[in-house]
Order: sequence, then C-alpha cells, then structure tokens
Amino acid sequence: MELLLLFLSAAIVNNFVLSYFLGICPFIGVSNKISSAFSMGLAATFVMTITSIVTWLIYHKILVPFELEFLQYVSFILVIASLVQFVEMFIKKVSQPLYRALGIFLPLITTNCAILGLALFIVLKEYSFIEGIVFGLGAGTGFTLAITLMAGIREELDLADVPKPFQGAPITLIVAGILAMAFMGFAGLI
Amino acid sequence: MDINFIIAISTMGGLGFLFAGGLALADRKLRVEENPLIGKINDALPGANCGACGKAGCYDFAVNVVEGKAKVNGCPVGGDETAQAVALLMGVEAGATVKSIPRVMCRGGNAEAMRKLAEYYGPLSCSAMDLVAGGEKMCYYGCLGGGECVEACPFNAMVMNEDGLPEVIEELCTGCGVCATACPRDIIEMHPADRNVFVFCKNHDDPKASKDVCSVACIGCGICARKSDGGIIMDNNLGVIQYDTIDVDKIPFDKCRTGAIQRIDGVTGKDVSVN
Repeated sequence: MELLLLFLSAAIVNNFVLSYFLGICPFIGVSNKISSAFSMGLAATFVMTITSIVTWLIYHKILVPFELEFLQYVSFILVIASLVQFVEMFIKKVSQPLYRALGIFLPLITTNCAILGLALFIVLKEYSFIEGIVFGLGAGTGFTLAITLMAGIREELDLADVPKPFQGAPITLIVAGILAMAFMGFAGLI
Repeated sequence: MDINFIIAISTMGGLGFLFAGGLALADRKLRVEENPLIGKINDALPGANCGACGKAGCYDFAVNVVEGKAKVNGCPVGGDETAQAVALLMGVEAGATVKSIPRVMCRGGNAEAMRKLAEYYGPLSCSAMDLVAGGEKMCYYGCLGGGECVEACPFNAMVMNEDGLPEVIEELCTGCGVCATACPRDIIEMHPADRNVFVFCKNHDDPKASKDVCSVACIGCGICARKSDGGIIMDNNLGVIQYDTIDVDKIPFDKCRTGAIQRIDGVTGKDVSVN
C-alpha cells in the first residue's frame, strides 16, 4: 500500500514535469505527435527506472562505505549518460523512423534534469532500494503521462484556428501552463 | 598521498571501466550498418525538406535514391546542380533535368476582366473571396487577385503585378509547386520550363458569356484546334493543348481574337510578357 501510494505520488500528485517543472525540454520539444511523445516517455521511463536502481546501488554500496558522497553528481551523470547511450543504440537498431523523430532530444535525456533530479531525490528522501525503484518507475510513468497528454492536446491544436501571434511556441507554453494548473488539483490528495 | 584520493580515483575509474565495457558490448550487438552513401547524398540535397520530390523529406529521398527507388534527378528544387552531384555520388549519368515552372493560366487582370456591381469587403485571401460569391470579377474561372499564391511561395518568387495578377520571377523560382497547390481555382499549373505555348484561360463558358466577362478569355471558337492537326482539342469551350503532339508552327496565333493562346518566347512578334 505504501509503495502504491509512493508510485501514485510520483506519477500524478508530484508529477515531475507538471509540479516540479523538471524535464521541460523534451516535454515541449517532442510533444507534437502522440506516437513519438509516447516513445520518448518510454525511453525516459526506462532510463529513470534503471537509473534509480543503479544510482541507489552505487550510492549506498560504494560511495557511502568509502565516504565518497562528494562524487555523487559525477557518478550519477556517468550512469545516466551510459544508459542514454545504450537506449540510443537500441532505438537506432530497432526503429530508424523513431530515431529520427526523437532527433536531438534523445541524447539530451542525458542532461534531462528530471532524471538527475530523480537520482538526487532518492538520496535526499532516503528511500530504500525497493522504494527507489517504485519512485523511479512512478516518475517515469508521470513523465510519459504528461508528455502524451501534451502531445494529444497539440495534435488537436493543429486543427484549431489559433491567432497568428500565438501560433507555435506561445500556445504550446500556454497549454503547458494550463495542464500544470490542472495537475495542481491533485495537490494534497496523498 | 591521502588514501581517500586513491579510493576516489579508483572508484570512478572502476565505474567508468564498467560502463565503458558494457557500452562496448552493446555496440557490438546493436551496431547498425548504414550505407555511408545516404549521408553523403543527404548533404548534397538542398535540405529544405519541402517534400516536392514526393518523399517524406531530404533524408528519405536520399535513402530511396540509394535503394534505387528514386531517380538521381528526382529533386525538383535542387535542379541540375543537385542532380549532377547526386549522380556523381551514385556513379551514374544524371541526364538533363528540366525545371518545372508555374504558369498562371489567366490573363484577366483588373484591366481585362469585367467586375461585378457588388464589392467585396473581407480578408484579402483567394479562398475567402472564392467562398463569398466568387470574388469581385464576373469570371468564375479566373484569377481572384487575392495573392494567396504570392503569400504561399516559400522562395519569394511570386509578386502581384500592377494589373492584379501574380507573376513568377523565374530566377527565384525553384519549381516546388506550392503556389499551384495554394490557388483555390487551380489556375496555376506546373509546366516544364521549355514549354512555350499556353492557353492562358480557364473559362468554360460559351462564346458569348466568356466574351462578356473578360476581354482576354478563350471564347471557345476552336480556330486554333482546327488548324493544329490534333495538337489542340476543344474541351467544353476551352482549348486544351496536347503537349505530346502539338506542332507550334501550325498554330495560328494571330487568328486568336482574344489572344488567349500565346507563345511566350516572343517568336510570334506580338507583345507578349511571361504570364
């Protein structure tokens, strides 16, 4: 029950994108089509989940025993960068069109603050190993949810008659704001 | 030396080795062999991703060329230069590419076309004018003069002349065909640049009606068709040129009472401007 609450809290109530405003770059950049947005969400979820496992192990089994906590940023970034490199190879192998659709935003997961933020949150909130995994999975699910919702709205927006000064980036940012406001409605739920 | 120093270095070094080794393994398993030719051809293309070739973009076109599914001279925007470059990379002959140029099939500008008694107030866009009772001109086939093609042109190769008709600046035109798509009345047609005979009218009205609405309309008299040996056929009161069979020298340009059929390379001696 505790874990389920933790999952829901990470995915919905404290949504990384819409409450903490982490990982806005792909959220705006890759959200023009549902299919590529969803794939981006899956890629980020994968990286987040594995990151939470590996960084927990590194932090608690290597850095803490050797009193090397000051190396946490360097080692976390190393983990994230390696995972992203792996995901990039994998996607390039499996689906060329998806690889091109994600473009520069795929390698940019490396410096996605949602993922480093996740690793640091796990340390900060002193989660156990299992809690860390659930938290990572929840955060990834929340990211996928947010970016897919955004892509759905933007696909509809393509058909709408948007006033000229608002076309493109402005209306996207406004929609993101309204979406974030909607998610604020979950605050205090858990 | 501080022991911490060594531990820190060896820990990070060890982690680095671990991940590098993992990635090296993954690279061996997941390596994608990509034909280096695709990248080179992609670099030779204009990179506008306009889709005029019929493919999803420049990269897609490059992939299709390498696979032999697209012709090396298939990029209409890049023209001869690109075709030669791509052909060189592919090791084949490019052949001659003929650029497509949009031709405006209406000469009924403000001076020639009769106007309705009603006036149009509203957005200056052809599609809007076309919806509102067909604009201000009497002719329901001709240019509306709203300049939607001019606005649509991504290369600034179209201007409205003082007569209220769009004009193509051929030096700037890449032949992408966006203007032809933009025109709600399909007046703009894409033709190979070496075609020189056109019926500059789209009016299908009967002779009397078409003469009443515009002084330069094709009234459908059929003189050009009778003399052309099948090079021109009459379709619903409008001369239609059969470019495969036409013999330009047989066309009696001076017999056309309204001057709707024109030769645009100046050989007829008439005062003719392009479009």
